[in-house]
Amino acid sequence: MRATLLITRRELAAYLRSWSGYIIIALVLLIDGLLFNAYALGGPDKRSAEVLSLFFYFSSGTTMIASVLISMRLLAEERQTGTINLLYSSPVRDGEIVLGKFLSAFTFLAILTLATSFMPALIFVHGKVSLGHVAGGYLGLLLLGSATLAVGTLGSALSRTQVLAAIVSGCMTVGLLISWFLGRVTERPLSDIFTALALHGVHFQPFQAGIVHLRDVAYYLSVTYMALFAATRVLEARRWR
Amino acid sequence: MIQVEGLTKYYGDHAAIRDLNFTIERGEVVGFLGRNGAGKTTTLRVLGCVLLPTAGRVLIDGVDVQRDPHEIRKRTGFLPDTPPLYDEMTVGDYLAFVAELRGVPGSKVKARVAEVEGQVELRDRHEDPLGSLSHGYRQRVGLAQALVHQPSLLVLDEPTNGLDPVQIVEMRRFIRNLRGTHTVLLSSHILTEISQTCDRILVIEQGEIVFQGTESELADRQGSGGLIEVEVQTPAAKAQAVLQAVQGVRAVRVVREESGVSALRLEAPLELRPQIVRALVAADIDLLRIDRGLLLESTFLQLTKTGAAASADASGKASSSNASSKEGAA
Repeated sequence: MRATLLITRRELAAYLRSWSGYIIIALVLLIDGLLFNAYALGGPDKRSAEVLSLFFYFSSGTTMIASVLISMRLLAEERQTGTINLLYSSPVRDGEIVLGKFLSAFTFLAILTLATSFMPALIFVHGKVSLGHVAGGYLGLLLLGSATLAVGTLGSALSRTQVLAAIVSGCMTVGLLISWFLGRVTERPLSDIFTALALHGVHFQPFQAGIVHLRDVAYYLSVTYMALFAATRVLEARRWR
Repeated sequence: MIQVEGLTKYYGDHAAIRDLNFTIERGEVVGFLGRNGAGKTTTLRVLGCVLLPTAGRVLIDGVDVQRDPHEIRKRTGFLPDTPPLYDEMTVGDYLAFVAELRGVPGSKVKARVAEVEGQVELRDRHEDPLGSLSHGYRQRVGLAQALVHQPSLLVLDEPTNGLDPVQIVEMRRFIRNLRGTHTVLLSSHILTEISQTCDRILVIEQGEIVFQGTESELADRQGSGGLIEVEVQTPAAKAQAVLQAVQGVRAVRVVREESGVSALRLEAPLELRPQIVRALVAADIDLLRIDRGLLLESTFLQLTKTGAAASADASGKASSSNASSKEGAA
């Protein structure tokens, strides 16, 4: 665990020292702010809960995009620059490397997500929403982000360059999103499987409304675990190749 | 002690190394010599526990690399061909990170970093970002990261790669200073590198060990085919005639002739050097230098399978340059 925390600390410091980290934060805040103004606050009058729900809906999109961008460097950059050899030759298990990398990205995403909290705060001050709705929505965003980051970590483990990692992770994320669409165009029982596998849709909508179902939490945690497990196997396999 | 038995590593269908067997004693400095792509890096990466072997066994102090790689990594310092540096970190922060990662207790990290920075002369760069360092300093930091947890085994893949002559001399000095306290394995395709730094040489060609032993054993293998180089202050033709007459000299080649100074290479046993000196003095020729010829190079070229072609090519070039210099002199 010591090695995991060391890797997390180093990686997080690297995010905060680099321009790319701040660019991602600025872009997400800008896009979220514009969408919030244009769609959540704009248009016909809405109830506060509806505005908040729309905010979480838009934020889920930017969270997924940001997760792909944040995670693309995690392992691909180490491979690209050769620093992976430092980790490979140290007494650190491959699982600890993957977990350390993931935790740093997750911490960064959490900072980024919390930086958007001024928008729900505005609704909270000027409207009437429950704190539970805000907390539930943010829990959903963090879980969705966690799953996307884990998929991104796997994409980064599979790729030689950061650009390739972003493409691979993007494709895998889109694949999990399209699953929701496939669930709509196929018949049961296939439609149930596709719907259950979808990254957004049925699993995120309750969070949007501030409702937390254990099954949705379990889904996102399962995707996170499986993707990180696969990333660990990729690193292990590379030692044999 | 390192014991390697039947070590084999495949990349897909291609065998990078095949059935390597060798033993390395504690405190030895051993050089892996071979052309690019011969299998040196793969061997070192397996010994550095970065890669796992396809077949065979590596025991380091009795611990099996495959069974307990974690334990081996604690005892090993590895410098890959490109130093693994995080450019955004400072030298001090980076070394502290590596020390902690390799299990140095938190309370001792600061002292260890200061010690290793002193060892490789990096103290004045402690606060510098790694991204701002020159190639020579980056290589030093690479060596420092391999040493920071006080490993008993150091694996250095082409440690002088890309360094300028001054930096090469410094790096050799650092490596020589490690003799006795660490077992050092290093690789190079530069022959003088190995002969000046290592106690023992392992020549690898196409994934197989074609020679292992000391430099003098390598010279013995050359046997009667030894090379002697002389530099004299006289026209090359005169010196060539005198040297050719010495009993035991099989061939004399002119290496160069410039401003009245000629360099010649003799195919003759090394023991013949006193007779050669006497012959030159008797012929009233001023001897400026007598030396062993490029013994390692020639033996290395013989050992490596495709070396013969390279050797022929090199001799061809040498003869043509001799011919042109003679023409120039004429």
